[in-house]
Amino acid sequence: MALHSGSAVLDDLADDLDAGFAAFVRAHSTAVYSTALRLSGSRAEADDLAQETFIRAFTALRRFDAERVLLLESRPWLLTITLNLWRNSLRRASRRPRETTRSFDVADRRRGPEGAAEDSADSRRLVALLRELPEHHRVPVVLRHVVGLSYAEISSVLECPVGTAKANVARGLDRLRALAAPTPASGDAPTQRKKSKSESKKESP
Amino acid sequence: MTPDPTTATRRLSLVVDAAALRRLRVDAPQGFADTVLDRLGLHDADQLVTVQSPAGDLFVAFNDDGISAVMPSALFDDDPEQFAAHHREETGRPLVAGTRPPAGLVAALRSGRATSLRYDLSGLTSFERAVLTKTLEIPSGEVRPYGWVARQIGRPKAVRAVGSALGRNPVPVLIPCHRVVRSDGQIGNYGLGVPMKRALLSAEGVDLERLERLADAGVRYVGSDTTGVFCVPSCVQARRIRAAHEVHFRTDAAALGAGYRPCKHCTPVAVRHAS
Repeated sequence: MALHSGSAVLDDLADDLDAGFAAFVRAHSTAVYSTALRLSGSRAEADDLAQETFIRAFTALRRFDAERVLLLESRPWLLTITLNLWRNSLRRASRRPRETTRSFDVADRRRGPEGAAEDSADSRRLVALLRELPEHHRVPVVLRHVVGLSYAEISSVLECPVGTAKANVARGLDRLRALAAPTPASGDAPTQRKKSKSESKKESP
Repeated sequence: MTPDPTTATRRLSLVVDAAALRRLRVDAPQGFADTVLDRLGLHDADQLVTVQSPAGDLFVAFNDDGISAVMPSALFDDDPEQFAAHHREETGRPLVAGTRPPAGLVAALRSGRATSLRYDLSGLTSFERAVLTKTLEIPSGEVRPYGWVARQIGRPKAVRAVGSALGRNPVPVLIPCHRVVRSDGQIGNYGLGVPMKRALLSAEGVDLERLERLADAGVRYVGSDTTGVFCVPSCVQARRIRAAHEVHFRTDAAALGAGYRPCKHCTPVAVRHAS
């Protein structure tokens, strides 16, 4: 939805920041909120992080001239802000050990219709697995596969070469798959993974 | 010992691929953008309250300038979200839940006198505002023809335009467009439906049967042969005239020709700035 109207949104933003900002927020709220949610793991924190991202963005945009606004790579730029805010909040939390960031909504249920999809057991398990990834794998996987950034965009968010971004996404995905594989020492787990659905229907003879 | 087949299946069938991860994308919570814009002071949301009225429960939207929208909640399945979407389309402003109704609103709905309330009619043309402001002067329990409103705002020929302006009244019930009727005395149309118009007028004590009987007979004005004053039929003065002294006129010219003078309360003809 935001893809084809992206330049129009920036045109309006460059034209009149106050008037154009509402459309800018609506165009990118899903990407920013999804990133915030999948990094922080909690709805409340995600809401704070996402709101704060746009507040910071607005403050920064006020100092941009029209030309710079028109050249803005909105999503990577916004998600860089989100990422920094999240890292800051982790740092703050580590200094105050009582308020732990481990307040994950494991069930992650929600009343709204948007919550329906992730109420599936698979999505809940995937969310739990994602949490087990170290930051340097979790962030690229979220940016690439949850939000849908290009590798070039990820490299700009993470300030790393495109090749590194690609490699980290791939490694993160491998790690997720390893985590998703059955825990007992069944060596053939990786091949079983893809066929498991059809195979599981057949009971052992 | 093999594990329970169902849990084994679920353990094994977790596919980690792009599509599964894509499903972890979630929309921001409802109202997210509005919260951000509010925090930045980029727009002032209108407040929404629900109040009872003779027209049933009403959604009332208002801001610091006054009441900006009124609609029977039944038209939106009593769903504030539906009304909020409609309101945003009409005004460009979101709605947030209000804590209490604007001052005087509940009393105005009880008495039918909503003249002292403040209205935010900023989205309307100056003609529409003039029509609505004039309509606000029509007292509870009385009606005036479209032509009366047109004449009173100095646009005597704009009778149809008055009708359309009233049809777009964003604050019905409060600004009483239901008290404006056809020039032949028939009740006429209403944006919220004719049954609602009749119900509102009846609730205010308008004798619809009498008005329609007079309209059917072609009577547009009634006078008193004791005072020599003539009125529109629903005027509070006209309703005091005893049957034995009530005189009927089909036109204002006939009344004037018979030596009657127009009532100062209901101003049935253009006010003449004489002597």
